[in-house]
Amino acid sequence: MTEYLLILVSTILVNNFVLVQFLGLCPFMGVSGKLETAMGMSLATTFVLTLSSVCSYLAYTYLLEPLNLAFLKTITFILVIAVVVQFTEMVVRKTSPLLYRVLGIFLPLITTNCAVLGVALLNLNRNNNFVESVLYGFGAALGFSLVLIFFAAMRERIAVSDVPVPFRGAAIGMVTAGLMALAFLGFTGLVSV
Amino acid sequence: MWTSIIIAVGVLLGLAAVFGALLGFAAERFKVEGNPLVDQIDALLPQTQCGQCGFPGCRPYAEAINNGAAINKCPPGGEATINALADLLDVEPQPLDSEHGAAQAKRVAVIREDECIGCTKCIQACPVDAILGSAKHMHTVIESECTGCDLCVEPCPVDCIDMIVIEPDIHSWTWAPPVVKGAVPGEAPGSRLIATDSEAKTHEESLL
Repeated sequence: MTEYLLILVSTILVNNFVLVQFLGLCPFMGVSGKLETAMGMSLATTFVLTLSSVCSYLAYTYLLEPLNLAFLKTITFILVIAVVVQFTEMVVRKTSPLLYRVLGIFLPLITTNCAVLGVALLNLNRNNNFVESVLYGFGAALGFSLVLIFFAAMRERIAVSDVPVPFRGAAIGMVTAGLMALAFLGFTGLVSV
Repeated sequence: MWTSIIIAVGVLLGLAAVFGALLGFAAERFKVEGNPLVDQIDALLPQTQCGQCGFPGCRPYAEAINNGAAINKCPPGGEATINALADLLDVEPQPLDSEHGAAQAKRVAVIREDECIGCTKCIQACPVDAILGSAKHMHTVIESECTGCDLCVEPCPVDCIDMIVIEPDIHSWTWAPPVVKGAVPGEAPGSRLIATDSEAKTHEESLL
């Protein structure tokens, strides 16, 4: 039980996927302009990351490993992720039009989020079992959401503040992200997993 | 060596086939209802929400057209709308159904303000909220919002609302729209000098 908790803490804070491992930076910079879109993106990512983490674990353990095809893992994972995303999009669209409208374009966009593939591959490196894979994916998504929402909230404030001209726009965004990464480095040593 | 390559290719092919089948099944199983055609028809209608077609507004009429209603019931859109609809639905264009009113040049409602008694009846009738005013105060029409649908004329108890034809001035004048194939017979091309708003719009789009 403790180790499961540790996995969550580790992925959310200590080894945060965005700020410490630098995965999924494109949506981090891209959709953090508004808090509302950031929340939509977070929701969609949480959904997809957890699901794809599980599916790629299953595909690896029950298909690739028995057949000695470990070298196919990257391409298989990409395939699995793309299908999972497409499938969820269809299901969500049918079952919950409201959720579909909230997630909107972000759902298919997540396919290209490198954190998704990163989680799938890191699962193997860490020799995670099934439950651990679920938690690892979920934790990574929570960490991503946390940072994305914080960052979006900050950028909304920065947008109305008096930033020196050379720093306006993306520049101050990068500076802010860097400072956030520094702050998250402070969690190093909190737990060791 | 060769066996492992064949196995690898086979596994990937199998995976792709399974996933393809899954997605194909999902596309059928979770097909979304709601006809995109209605949206397209709705986009062609003039959005006056006047109800002259006998339906409560443009969207309901679009749905009715989708279900087989005649396309010639929209006087504000006139011939241009009918032609566009005929084009979209791939049917023969028909002359405007005179039962629902004749096509007219673009008009706006104007309230003779010194006669207005402030009864708010026209405000309630206006489908696009283009009339401004409150009880026992003078009302006026926001000209840019008015769709010229006539609906406010009828309820006015003192008949102080005029429908004024907008004369084209230097800002709003456009060329007479090009003659569309299958145009209404009996009307010489360019016989109407004043284009309706929707015609002007199609003309602008055709220039782009």
